[in-house]
Amino acid sequence: MKRTVPLIITATVGLLLIVANFVPALSELSEDGTTFFSIIAAIAFVLGGGSLLKVHLKKLSDRDRGWAYSLIVLGSFFVTLVVGLFKIGAPPNPAYPDKPWAGGYNEPGTFFNWIYEYLFYPLTATMFAMLAFYIASAAFRAFRAKNFEAILLLGTAFIILLGQTAAGPALTNWIPPDGPFAGLRLEELSAYVMDVFNTAGSRAIVIGIALGIASTSLKILMGLDRSYLGGGN
Amino acid sequence: MSRDFKDPIRSRLRPGLLAAFAVLVGGMAAVAAPPPPTDVEATDRPWDGGGVVEVTWSAPDVEGLEGFQVWRAMTAGETLAARSKARLDALAELKQTAYDNEYRRLVDVEGVAPEDARMAADKVANLALGQASLQKDFGAPATATDDGSSLILIDTVGPETTSKMVPKLLSADKDGNPVEYAFVVRTIAKDAGGDIEYSGYSTPSEVVVAKAQFLNLTRAPLLIILLMLCGAVLYFILKARRGVALKIRTIAGLAAVDEAVGRATEMGRPMLYINGIQDMDEIQTVAGITVLGRVAKTAAEYDAPIEVPTSRSLVMSAARETVEASYLTAGRSDAFNPDLIYYVTDEQFGFTAYVSGLIVRDRPAACFYMGSFFAESLILAETGNSVGAIQIAGTANPSQLPFFVAACDYTLIGEEFFAASAYLSGQPEQLGSLKGQDMGKVLVGVVLLVTVTVATIGAVTGSESLMDAVAWFKSTVLSG
Repeated sequence: MKRTVPLIITATVGLLLIVANFVPALSELSEDGTTFFSIIAAIAFVLGGGSLLKVHLKKLSDRDRGWAYSLIVLGSFFVTLVVGLFKIGAPPNPAYPDKPWAGGYNEPGTFFNWIYEYLFYPLTATMFAMLAFYIASAAFRAFRAKNFEAILLLGTAFIILLGQTAAGPALTNWIPPDGPFAGLRLEELSAYVMDVFNTAGSRAIVIGIALGIASTSLKILMGLDRSYLGGGN
Repeated sequence: MSRDFKDPIRSRLRPGLLAAFAVLVGGMAAVAAPPPPTDVEATDRPWDGGGVVEVTWSAPDVEGLEGFQVWRAMTAGETLAARSKARLDALAELKQTAYDNEYRRLVDVEGVAPEDARMAADKVANLALGQASLQKDFGAPATATDDGSSLILIDTVGPETTSKMVPKLLSADKDGNPVEYAFVVRTIAKDAGGDIEYSGYSTPSEVVVAKAQFLNLTRAPLLIILLMLCGAVLYFILKARRGVALKIRTIAGLAAVDEAVGRATEMGRPMLYINGIQDMDEIQTVAGITVLGRVAKTAAEYDAPIEVPTSRSLVMSAARETVEASYLTAGRSDAFNPDLIYYVTDEQFGFTAYVSGLIVRDRPAACFYMGSFFAESLILAETGNSVGAIQIAGTANPSQLPFFVAACDYTLIGEEFFAASAYLSGQPEQLGSLKGQDMGKVLVGVVLLVTVTVATIGAVTGSESLMDAVAWFKSTVLSG
């Protein structure tokens, strides 16, 4: 029963959504499916919150390595939860001036919005900015000319990098742009590699992915692949 | 065929819209230079999903014809929205004017400090705004034609064209009422002096509703491809069930799972499994859960701890079920620890920060990244690389593949990732689905070869029919 009911639901909903792609009258059902998923995911957040509390409270109580981080996580969690739930600093809603709780919890001026703008957003941007350094270190390793393929990769990367910067056009601007060798200008070479080789390669990967998705979906609908229910058969 | 403008349309168009339309069309027709097109007709495209109307017309016999402009009348909803926007713009302008006047009066005449003047002017401006708001139609044009916007230009087409498919129309408004559309066409021609002249508007078409039919046959090519692909997969599944041996090539990334788990066991360090940052409605997450089952089973056999932080609650639940089942299958249910599979946060970089810190602190011996990843892919993989972990990744996000290839020891590229389920299970039915998938690739290859050949011959010979065939393929099959 634990396996059969989910399998029936999956097959029914999956087939319905495929049919809805060709029968416009059913298209609303596919939108309903998305809504149902959002509702289930929202309910499941309670499980996630419970897990978060359990893991970090345990770390705190056991004084595990890095327990101070857990303290920060729990502190941030509760502060954000309280200021959001109680709408601390929320301005009154002009449409309902006599209802003190009608203002939005994330309106400009609320404490929640302040946390987002001045704590969360800068931290997120910092993490994203670190990507630049990781790209540099990964490129350094990937572009080492240790064999023929790596030399090809290095050469191509060199052309692309130069072609995307001001240095590329500056190095090859002596080649007449209207002449028969205009294609050898670095910015032209770079565009050619991206448009032809890169596009062809990435489209081949995308076609493979599309076929893989179709095949995997079919297996799930037919109940051949039940791994999402927890462990095969 | 020529029709009187007042004839059938007046009985069907909404009175306000008709009046506005008639005034505009009549006025413009008086100053027309070349004659407008005739026989303008609008028909709902048959057997589609709604929202598309085909407009056809007869070209006038005129010298120097340059093309046509296709216009449509605004719907009642659009007219209402235009009036609302005009009203809001007028209210905003009034408020700004009241503020400016009061501020200048206070500062220049009464000598009030600017800070105080700003607050006082703001109050006066809000008062003026409130009073104006009470007047229901303040700032809104009496009719839609007051701002000359009751017609919307759809497209300009060449002189050879006498029809136009108009997409992105509404079948019904938010209350479920059908939305009616009417169209007019103008002629563009060069006069004797070479100047561009526009005709007046043609007689409007009859109103039409862009309704959806029961079946959307514009997607028929997609349906055919789907049936062929599914047919091939089913055929090979049945063939495999009959006992026909199917050979599947070795996938290095999956073959290396045992090596990675063994290494973690030898080193006495944990393993880390990241299932992407998307929810269970993402097929890559489902594929990642499949691989997790195999990794967890091997980990249970080797008695190596595996930690699974997730960025979605549902993924956490599914991962727990999967890992528990794997430990059960390996006969090590006593070693299963649900606390090692836990939720962190939905936020992309919050999750990235947590996992990066975890890798640096715990120095896992093996890291698995299987699922849908975005900008965090390289941050995670480089951090794992920096602690010397053996790393295996799999994703179907093409933009992240180069990062994983650069930073990981093994990468499952696109379809290999989806093949993992069948590969790891070893069941004949699942292996058969991989063969069916290969037939899909053959089909795509054949279609590619044929269309590229046709396009090349069409381009070299200038054959219009071949180029039309290529255009049909691109607009119907590829965009289906």
